[in-house]
Amino acid sequence: MALLTCEDLSLGYEGKAILEHVTFSVNNGDYLCIVGENGSGKSTLMKTILGLRKPLHGTITTGEGLRQNEIGYLPQQTVVQRDFPASVLEIVRSGCQGRQGLRPFYTKAEKKLARDNIRRMGLDDLTRRCYRDLSGGQQQRVLLARALCATGKLLLLDEPVSGLDPKVTAEMYQLISDLNRRERITVIMISHDLGAALKYASHILHIGARVWFGTREDYLQSSVGTAFLQLGGVEQ
Amino acid sequence: MTLEAYLGLPYVQKALLVGVLISMCTALLGVTLVLRRFSFIGDGLSHVAFGAMTVAAVVGLTNDMLLVMPVTIVCAVLLLSVGQHAKVKGDASVAMISVGALAVGYLLMNLFPPSGRSNITGDVCTTLFGGTSILTLQPQEVTLSIVLSIVVVVFFLFFYHKIFAVTFDESFATATGTKTRLYNLLLAIIIAVVIVLAMKLVGSLLISALVVFPALSAMRLFKSFRSVTICAACLSVICTVAGFLSAAMFSTPVGSTIVVANIAVFALFTLGGLIFRRS
Ligand SMILES: Nc1ncnc2c1ncn2[C@@H]1O[C@H](COP(=O)(O)OP(=O)(O)O)[C@@H](O)[C@H]1O
Ligand SMILES: [Mg+2]
Repeated sequence: MALLTCEDLSLGYEGKAILEHVTFSVNNGDYLCIVGENGSGKSTLMKTILGLRKPLHGTITTGEGLRQNEIGYLPQQTVVQRDFPASVLEIVRSGCQGRQGLRPFYTKAEKKLARDNIRRMGLDDLTRRCYRDLSGGQQQRVLLARALCATGKLLLLDEPVSGLDPKVTAEMYQLISDLNRRERITVIMISHDLGAALKYASHILHIGARVWFGTREDYLQSSVGTAFLQLGGVEQ
Repeated sequence: MTLEAYLGLPYVQKALLVGVLISMCTALLGVTLVLRRFSFIGDGLSHVAFGAMTVAAVVGLTNDMLLVMPVTIVCAVLLLSVGQHAKVKGDASVAMISVGALAVGYLLMNLFPPSGRSNITGDVCTTLFGGTSILTLQPQEVTLSIVLSIVVVVFFLFFYHKIFAVTFDESFATATGTKTRLYNLLLAIIIAVVIVLAMKLVGSLLISALVVFPALSAMRLFKSFRSVTICAACLSVICTVAGFLSAAMFSTPVGSTIVVANIAVFALFTLGGLIFRRS
């Protein structure tokens, strides 16, 4: 039984499909990269997996004891967040919120989990700092720490490196790769940087007019993959 | 009359108490509203309440709250929870409803003048600026304000972390299992109730000011959600007391004096923020 299985999904807005016949599954420990052109529906697919939107057609099932609210999420950054007065600690802790139910305070265990994830992301010195005063890379690490508070199993990352400079981008990729390899956290990442996708991912889901899913090795041999590579899918 | 003698008057004490409570509630709610880009909802909803009041008067309802409260709550829920996904963006829909309700209300007042009251302009003026109505509170209005303020503070303490999560990142909160719809609904209802009560007492101008100014001032200096929230509540109370006392001393209108106090604090905090950032 796979961790996450999507079968014949159709996605769209107001009944109009923007993406059809998406079928793929993710096993424990996989690193899946979702690639495709801008506007092809990558973010929409991620929101559907998260249960924020309903698919027009098809099913999403979770397995291996993964519950719907045990998926960590790193959203594409919104404008609102950028000038929000909140400390790093407050944001990371809010990752535990989903499990809280009606309990009004965080437990000792939840506070410790937040501390641990802050350390894991190398944010120890920034705990009390204000989110809006941090650099782009630091902000992304804060959001990653928050996502890790919500899950120990599956991370969904929507363009985690957009807007970061090359050095910070490489560090971010390394951090994600470490989480995947060392801690066996399953990763699903959207990226329009095909080079990185091919370097780190174990599987590729290519969406667009043609949908393709398989391992990285097969993707390099496939017609979809070679065509996308030639189009300049590799940006670096 | 000296300030001391003035403060000794029971109706003045009541007015001050109610003013302090209301300004604390609006400041607490204001932080999440401002951060969600809903600064104008105080204005909008109080105009809706005004429109509903005129309708109630035309229909001849003796207890107009029976109409005003539900209508305002529905508008708040529509704006805050549905508004996020609606075609018309949040700020535009607030503006639309606000201006629309005000116009319809004023029109109705002119078409069907309330019997026994000839001073329509005076009525409208009171609705907008509060006039002296805070000095003529009925005992049950005082009780209601106290009860309501307790409800708001308890709600805020109990759901504090959820309000933070929902305000900071609604999608993330929903995806990880927070019942954002429920909290948005509760928040909208509370906001509507506070605004309806507050507008009867202090006028819609003052409500908008009490929603936005304390939050904005606090954000100039403070850097965590908790400190911003606490600071906003304190600032709001301080400005209300200061404004209230100055109004008594200089015989100025209470509402606008309180707003001016808020503006002064905002200017001070902006300056403080600039200096603080330099050093
Ligand atoms: N809220 C929305 N309502 C209607 N259409 C939308 C909405 N969000 C995105 N779309 C459309 O869906 C398509 C896919 O968007 P998105 O999933 O964000 O693409 P990607 O993340 O791959 O760049 C785009 O053409 C976009 O215009
Ligand atoms: Mg996207």
